[in-house]
Amino acid sequence: MGIEERLGYNILTTTLEKLVDWGRKSSLWPATFGLACCAIEMICTAANRWDIARFGMEAFRASPRQADLMIVAGTVCKKMMPAIERIYEQMPEPKWVIAMGACATSGGIFDSYSVVQGIDLYLPVDVYIPGCPPRPEGLLYGILKLHEKILKDPFLTRQYQERLKARQEAA
Amino acid sequence: MNAAVALLQAKFPDEIVEVTEFRGDTTVTLKPERLVDICRLLKDDPETSFHYLSMIAGMDYSPQSPRFGVVYNLYSHKNHDRLTLKVFLTDDRTPVVDSVTSVWSTATWHEREAYDLLGIRFKGHPDLRRILMPPDWVGHPLRKDYPLKGK
Repeated sequence: MGIEERLGYNILTTTLEKLVDWGRKSSLWPATFGLACCAIEMICTAANRWDIARFGMEAFRASPRQADLMIVAGTVCKKMMPAIERIYEQMPEPKWVIAMGACATSGGIFDSYSVVQGIDLYLPVDVYIPGCPPRPEGLLYGILKLHEKILKDPFLTRQYQERLKARQEAA
Repeated sequence: MNAAVALLQAKFPDEIVEVTEFRGDTTVTLKPERLVDICRLLKDDPETSFHYLSMIAGMDYSPQSPRFGVVYNLYSHKNHDRLTLKVFLTDDRTPVVDSVTSVWSTATWHEREAYDLLGIRFKGHPDLRRILMPPDWVGHPLRKDYPLKGK
């Protein structure tokens, strides 16, 4: 951001932090990305009955470069994992990950040689949504929880403190 | 009797191990040595004309010996007739069988699957590499001695 560099961590930058957090939370763009049956529920959530657009995230981006939320919806095979990691790395910061359903969370019923036992072995997961598959209400609840998390994200404070610490160490 | 079985008994009487019939479906168990010749005959003969290979399945009968088998499901569009061929592979450690890719080119992917998951090698296959598992995978996961949760 840069502004807190000049102003320091004070009332102006904390208010700015809240504004930016609110902006990020209100326009999350998920990557269009489904792996198994959970993806059907995710599509359902985006369609008119549940209407994910109410939360400012109707734009499912076809390119990870334009997305900031990755909803891992479905069973992740070990052969698929490199592709998922690559998509995650292609997404610009700040980015969040939702593990949707039992399979993405823990491997689910597929306690097998070919299935990744939870994507948190590879990716930093923000919200886990249980269910097999979770109903659209479940996904929406998870997304709202993620919104709460983003609203509380002290990214400016953290960046400021990290830079302050780095300067102190350099000095 | 089935026309295909009659043909095989006329042309390859020494190769047939067993003929079984279950609810109208005929299964012929064969010795693996002249499998390709038999397949070509079944495909080219106008009586049988099994032009379509529906599926190849590799099988692991562990702890039996012979341990590995390969099953070929043939279909004839002309006669609306099905035939199952079955061979048991003599070597339990490195199972090898002749490839039927020269008869039905669809066999390439089926044989790659059987190789990938069971480690059955197909002699004469043009490109025998893994098809389902990652290329750097170690082992053949559908073998009975492979741990269910992976190594």
